[in-house]
Amino acid sequence: MADDLFKALADPTRRTIIDELAEQSGQTLFEICSRLSMKHRLGISRQAVSQHLAVLEAAGLVETRREGRYKFHDLNTAPLRLIVERWLVPRTSEPEENTP
Amino acid sequence: MRILLTSVFVDDQAKALHFYTEVLGFVKKHDVPVGEKDRWLTVVSPEEPGGTELLLEPLGHPAARTYRDALVEDGIPLAQFTVDDVWAEYERLRGLGVRFTQEPLEAGPVTTAVLDDTCGNLIQIATQPE
Repeated sequence: MADDLFKALADPTRRTIIDELAEQSGQTLFEICSRLSMKHRLGISRQAVSQHLAVLEAAGLVETRREGRYKFHDLNTAPLRLIVERWLVPRTSEPEENTP
Repeated sequence: MRILLTSVFVDDQAKALHFYTEVLGFVKKHDVPVGEKDRWLTVVSPEEPGGTELLLEPLGHPAARTYRDALVEDGIPLAQFTVDDVWAEYERLRGLGVRFTQEPLEAGPVTTAVLDDTCGNLIQIATQPE
């Protein structure tokens, strides 16, 4: 889980996708692609965006939701708490290494 | 060469005519019976009666449905229309019960929004880049 999270965050395009979903939740693939190309001038194919979304979804940062005939992507920031809790929250016990 | 006509496949021509005229605000240009139940049905913008016609074409071919549904799932619009003010149209159309899959998005020189035409397609409205 932690590996997936850090891997997902390691890529600048994926961080941009997170920025955009933080601004507006519930986006179609088309909207995400539009934002990347028009706002950020990222020349990136729809297939590549789909792959980035799959990585974000595996890390639990993006959730997809079907509504009628459309599919929307929502941001889930809950996994980011792992980072805060691991280093920023004072704890009495020893930090746990989650990676195998 | 000129572009006289473009088309969208629609589930139901009568329903489509209602949406494209009463809701979006286009006007009917041609309505000619074709075969037993189909119509050659086109609309134009009242701002440009001699402009490009939009053909509301019956969804006859099974592959058309597959293609269209795949685009809709990913939120990809099949046609794009230009408006002066995307926000104003968004408010007006929302008031009429229109479903948007993308709210107005200001990106670079253009503002866009995507709506459901109730006949199976997504339509993008956009300001014209200057």
